Amino acid sequence: MRTLLRSAVLWLLLALPVYAVLPDEVLPDPVLEARAREISKGLRCLVCRNESIDESNADLARDLRLLVRERLTKGDTNEEAVAYIVNRYGEYVLLYPRPNGSTLILWAAGPVIFGTALLVAFVYLRRRRSIAGDDTLSQAETERLQKILQE
Amino acid sequence: MITELGHFALILAFAIAVVNTVVPMIGAAKGWDRWMAVAGPAAVLQLILVAFSFAALTVAFVGSDFSLRLVVLNSHTLKPMLYKVAGVWANHEGSLLLWVMILSLFGACAAWFGGNLPATLKARVLAVQSSIATAFLAFILFTSNPFLRLAAPPFNGEDLNPLLQDPGLAFHPPFLYLGYVGLSLTFSFAIAALIEGRVDAAWGRWVRPWTLAAWIFLTIGIGMGSWWAYYELGWGGFWFWDPVENASFMPWLLAAALLHSAIVVEKRESLKSWTILLAIMAFGFSLIGTFIVRSGVITSVHAFASDPERGLFILGIIGLFMGGALTLYAARANAMEAKGAFGMVSRESALVLNNILLAVACFVVFVGTVWPLVAELTFGRKLSVGPPFFNLAATPFFLALGVILPIGSILPWKRGNLGRVVRRLVPAAILAVAVAALIWAMQNEKTALAPLGVMLGVWLIVGAVVDLAMRTGRGSLGTRLGRLTRIPRADLGKAVAHGGFGVTVFAISALLAWEVEDIRAVKPGDSFEMGGYQLTLNAVHDVRGPNYTSNMAEVDVFRNGVKLATVEPERRFYPFAGMPTTESGILSGPIRDVYVTIGDPQPDGSWAMRSYVKPFANWIWGGGILMALGGFLSLSDRRYRVAAGASKAPAKAVPAE
Repeated sequence: MRTLLRSAVLWLLLALPVYAVLPDEVLPDPVLEARAREISKGLRCLVCRNESIDESNADLARDLRLLVRERLTKGDTNEEAVAYIVNRYGEYVLLYPRPNGSTLILWAAGPVIFGTALLVAFVYLRRRRSIAGDDTLSQAETERLQKILQE
Repeated sequence: MITELGHFALILAFAIAVVNTVVPMIGAAKGWDRWMAVAGPAAVLQLILVAFSFAALTVAFVGSDFSLRLVVLNSHTLKPMLYKVAGVWANHEGSLLLWVMILSLFGACAAWFGGNLPATLKARVLAVQSSIATAFLAFILFTSNPFLRLAAPPFNGEDLNPLLQDPGLAFHPPFLYLGYVGLSLTFSFAIAALIEGRVDAAWGRWVRPWTLAAWIFLTIGIGMGSWWAYYELGWGGFWFWDPVENASFMPWLLAAALLHSAIVVEKRESLKSWTILLAIMAFGFSLIGTFIVRSGVITSVHAFASDPERGLFILGIIGLFMGGALTLYAARANAMEAKGAFGMVSRESALVLNNILLAVACFVVFVGTVWPLVAELTFGRKLSVGPPFFNLAATPFFLALGVILPIGSILPWKRGNLGRVVRRLVPAAILAVAVAALIWAMQNEKTALAPLGVMLGVWLIVGAVVDLAMRTGRGSLGTRLGRLTRIPRADLGKAVAHGGFGVTVFAISALLAWEVEDIRAVKPGDSFEMGGYQLTLNAVHDVRGPNYTSNMAEVDVFRNGVKLATVEPERRFYPFAGMPTTESGILSGPIRDVYVTIGDPQPDGSWAMRSYVKPFANWIWGGGILMALGGFLSLSDRRYRVAAGASKAPAKAVPAE
C-alpha cells in the first residue's frame, strides 16, 4: 500500500519536463536558434551533477535556455548574453573556464609540461646516441634462454 | 546463514592477505624457499575465499533477501534476473567486493602462469599484490561492509537506479574493473623489480601481456560505457568528459603508454626507469579513479552516493601505495641502467614521443578533472571545467599522436632513415589528402573539421595497411598475401589496433561534422522530413514492463517513400526507484544511424520528439572493437606464451571466471 501511494505521488511529480531542449523553446529564426544552442552547450546546469543546460532536463536548465534565447532576441551578441548569465549566476556556470588569473595555470599546464617533456626527451635521446651498448647476456641468462627455447 | 559465511570468508581472506604480504616478502629477502612458496597457494586460497564471499552476496541478491541492507537499497522482486545479478556490483559495497575479487583473481593468475618467473620475483610480486588486497579488504570490512543486516526487513526493495538497468551497463563495470585492477599486477611487477633492483628484457616480456590484458579490458569497458551513453541518455552523445569517464580514461592512456614503453624495455633494454614509473602511475590513476567515483569530492553524473569517511580511507590507501612506491622509485631508479644505444631517428625515439603525448594528454585530463577542487581550495574560485576545455586542451595531443603514428610504427629500431620511411607512406598521404579534398568539395557547409578528421583517419588506416604490407617483404602479390597469414600475431595485432584508432578518429569527426538534428512537437499520425528521411509518428502506446511503465512511440522511417523500419522509442517510468528514463529508437546502419527519442506529451495532444541522423556512429565503437581485437591478437602471440611459461595453458591472461 505504501509503495502504491508513493508511486501515485511520483506519477504526479512526473508532470516535470523530462527532456532537454523542448519544441516550444525553439526560436523561429534558425540562425538565432543555432547561436542559442552553441551558447547552451557552454553553460552548466547549476542544479545538475555535470551537465550543460543543452542536455539537462531540469527546470532551471529550461529557465536558463529561455533566458539565453530572450537575450539573443533582444539583440545581444553571444558574448553579451553569456556575460549577462555569468553576472547573475557566477563563474561556476561556465563550462569553458575563462583564461584569466589563476585559471591561466589550468590552460598553461598542458603546453608547459609538453614543452618540458620534449626538452627532457631531446637531451635524453642525444645522450642515448653516444652510449655504447652491452648487448651480451650473462652466463645465467644464456642458460635460461637455452632452457626456454628448448621447451 | 550463507550471508554470514560470506562475511566470515571475507574476514579470512583478509587474514590470508596479511600473511601473504609478509611471509613471502621476508622469504625473498632471506632466501628461504619455503617462506616464498607460501605465496602461490595463499594467493589461490584468497581468491577462493573472496569468490565465495561474492557468491554469497549474489545469492542474497538473486533470492531478494531483504534482510540485507544492500539488497533493499538496490533491488526489487520484480526486477528482471539479469539486473538482480548486475545489482550486486551496481553499488559501492558490492562493486568494491568485485574489485577485490578481480584483484585476487589477478594474483592467482600470476601464481598459476608465473611458473617461469624467478622464485624471488614471483614471491615479491605476489606479496605486493596481497598488500593491495589487504588494504582494500580492510576498506570493505571497516567502512563498506556489504553484509550488513537490517533489524526490521521491509517487504520489498527500493529498486536499482533504472539508468543502470540496461545490458550495456550491466557488464560495463566488470570489464572496467578487470582493466583497472589488471594494472595492479603491473604495479606489483614494478615494485618487485625495484626491490630486486633489476629490470631487464625478460621483465618487459613478463609485464607486457598483463598490461595488454588490462588495456584490452579497459578498452572494452570504456567502449561499452560510451555505447550505453549513446543509446540510453537520449540525445546520442558518446563522450562527456565527465570526471568519472575521465577516471577510466586516464589509466587507459597510461596503460597505452606503458604498453609501448614495455616494448622498448623488452626489445632494446632502454627506457627502464621510465617504464617502471609508468607502471606505478598507471595503477595510481586507477586508485585515483576509485577515489573520484566513491569520495563525492568531485561532482559527476555517475558517482556513487558516498561519504567523506570512505573518501579519506581511499586517500589514505593512495597515499600509502603511491608514497611508498615513489619513495622506493626515487631510491632505486638510477640502478636501472639502460643498455641499447639508438639514434635520434629510430623506433625508440618515436615510442618516446608516443609516451610523451599519451602521458601529457593524461596529465591535461587530470588537471582539468581536479581543477574545480584546486581552484576552490587554493584560490577561492568556484568554477567549472567542462567539455569545451577538454576538447580544446586535450584533443591536439591525440591529433599529434595520429600524425606521427604511421611514421613511428614503420621506423626501424636503433637507427632509421626518415626519408626512406616517409617515401613508404606517400601513398597513404596522397590518399588521405585526396579523400579530404573530395569531402571538402562535396560538403555543403564549409567546415574544416570533417575533411581534417577524415584525412587523419585515412592516414592512420592506410598507414596500418602499409605497415602490414611491409611485413610481407618482396615478391609477387600472391606470395606476399601468402606471407600475410604467417606473420606473427603481435605484428598483425599492432596493425589492427592502429587501424582501429584510425577508424575511431574518422567516425568521431564524421559524426560531429555531419550530424542532423530535429526537435519538434508531433501529433500521432503526422509526418515530417529530417535529413533525407521521412518520419511518421503512428501512435504512442501505454506499455507495462516488469518494473516500469512506458509510453512507447511507434515511428516509421521512410527513405524516398520506401519504408525502412519502425523504431520504438520509449519514455519509461520506474515507480519503485521513482525515476524516468528515455529509451531511444535507433535504426542502425553501416553508414548512419537514425536516432529517435520521444519526450513529453504537449497540451495540444502532440508529443515532443527529437530525432537525429548520426553518420558513421557505429564506427566509433567499431574502432574500439578493432583496438581490443588487435590487443587480443597480440596477446595470443606464441612468443608470449613461451615467455610467460604458459605453453600448456593456451588461454593465458584471459582470466575468465
